[in-house]
Amino acid sequence: MDQMMTSDPNIKAARIANKQKGNRVPWVLHLMVLPAALFVFVFSYIPMSGIVMAFQDYKAALGITGSPFVGLKHFRYMFENDYFMKITWNTVLFACSKIVLNLIIPFGFALLLNEVRNMGFKRSIQTLVYLPHFLSWVTLGGILIDLLAQTGIINLFLTNVFGIKPIFFLGDGTWFRLTIIFSDVWKEFGFNTIIFLAALAGINPALYEAAEVDGASRLKQTMHITIPSLIPILIVVATLALGNVLNANFDQVFNLYSPMIYQQGDIIDTFVYREGLLSGQFSFATAVSLFKSMISLILIVVSYRLAYKFAGYRIF
Amino acid sequence: MYHKTMPYRIFSVFNYFLLAIISIGCLLPLYHLLMVSFSDTSAANAGLVTFWPIGFTLDAYVKTFDNANFITSLWVSVKRTILGTALALAVNSAAAYALSKDNRVFRGRNIYLWYFVITMLFNAGLIPSYILILKLGLLNNLLALILPGLVSVYNLILLLNFFRTVPKELEEATFIDGAGHFRSFISIYLPISLPALATIALFTMVGHWNSYFDGLIYMKGVENLPLASFMQTLIVQGSTTGFDPAVIANMSQRTLRASQIFIGALPILIVYPFLQRFFVKGIVIGAVKE
Repeated sequence: MDQMMTSDPNIKAARIANKQKGNRVPWVLHLMVLPAALFVFVFSYIPMSGIVMAFQDYKAALGITGSPFVGLKHFRYMFENDYFMKITWNTVLFACSKIVLNLIIPFGFALLLNEVRNMGFKRSIQTLVYLPHFLSWVTLGGILIDLLAQTGIINLFLTNVFGIKPIFFLGDGTWFRLTIIFSDVWKEFGFNTIIFLAALAGINPALYEAAEVDGASRLKQTMHITIPSLIPILIVVATLALGNVLNANFDQVFNLYSPMIYQQGDIIDTFVYREGLLSGQFSFATAVSLFKSMISLILIVVSYRLAYKFAGYRIF
Repeated sequence: MYHKTMPYRIFSVFNYFLLAIISIGCLLPLYHLLMVSFSDTSAANAGLVTFWPIGFTLDAYVKTFDNANFITSLWVSVKRTILGTALALAVNSAAAYALSKDNRVFRGRNIYLWYFVITMLFNAGLIPSYILILKLGLLNNLLALILPGLVSVYNLILLLNFFRTVPKELEEATFIDGAGHFRSFISIYLPISLPALATIALFTMVGHWNSYFDGLIYMKGVENLPLASFMQTLIVQGSTTGFDPAVIANMSQRTLRASQIFIGALPILIVYPFLQRFFVKGIVIGAVKE
């Protein structure tokens, strides 16, 4: 095996290139990675040392080296805090609802889109449904604030057509939760069909031809060829989504929430922002975000292992 | 032939109809607000506008462009987008080239790769990153918007996987002609990877244009705010910075806000057709390995 590999002409040629430059070590390659490695070091690794703050009572004047250690004080406070439990629940609720809906709806939509034989129509549909993905939550948040206002078009429609009293979409906890979940689906479902459409394009047409010959209806073909062919990719996407169980989408919540619905709408990330940057509770905020990062890390590692085990998925 | 059968035809008509409704429904909110932005203040306030402008006027747009802060923040956004994208492409593609080499050619490649991937799995979080920018003295500096997100490990891996699909024979030929790795990267890999690079460039540009939070926390003066952050303060926080108080009193917040939403999103809507042409290809190509 190893012998076969070394006779790989590419490796041979690359080694020739290394030697001609008079180097056993391909320093050019190191040099090419260097800028990226440096930036990552400064902006990703150095902040990691700041995590110490979670175990201190950080004072800006004393700095990270001078602030007193307090051990697990902030973590103890966090777990005894009812409000922290609430926002954790909100976070998980938002994230999981989005994960599930953003799998099922794109899956179904891709199946329906697959039945469209008119390519121009298909492409137009795709153009329309992909668009919201590229707009920011500032834009979409602004649109939703206007649409869902007491005097917005949705409430006008509900009042005039159904005679319902105006709904306070962004001011009532339950409605806020529904708004968060479904507006995320609105933004992302179209884009999420891409991966399924790619998988659909990869199905061997011979399977359908054989089914045709056997007289299978399109429904039967879908049930026995299309859906089973999509299951592996569905499993991979679902497993990888596990790493996002604590990512409820800061940008979305931040642009839509208000103090009125903090109890039902606040999430870990927005809480960290307010506690840390607005109230100056650097240590406590760091502790909360460290807790989130640790859980996420575990979930990501587990999800990648599972995806590799079940579907042989690797990122590189 | 299944598509000639009656039940399938009925399904097909229903399907086309359903898909059309869903996709038009997706854009209806945007369309409605666009009409509000073109409408007369009193009509918009009275909720008369649905899918057609009432008392067509561009007043709200004129007022927004009259705001001096708007123009400065537009310029900040343009700078960060161009500079940020150019730097990101250079840094990420160079690293991706080196890391696309086999571990036997580039010893240490796997170590580097893990070094990058770890940052994808674990990040220090908001507060330590903020304190770093503070300590580096980058508050109110454009670099604070560009450098922290410069290396995108996701894009790096996408490019890396793409570089691996480049036929080895091409590079082999340049090596035999005496070229080194850098030469092969510049004259073989970059030109051949243009679709992938264009995809990543467009995604990076959209990311920069849309990103508002970094501006909100790192830029303390209004004059340094990128457009997305400035828009966030106007649209979501309802601030009236930079507007003439008399104008505000006479204008409907509603039409003004609607016009701001569309001005903010306009560049995205303009590049969207190009984006769409590239991204499907780019994503699919990036996903193919070995």
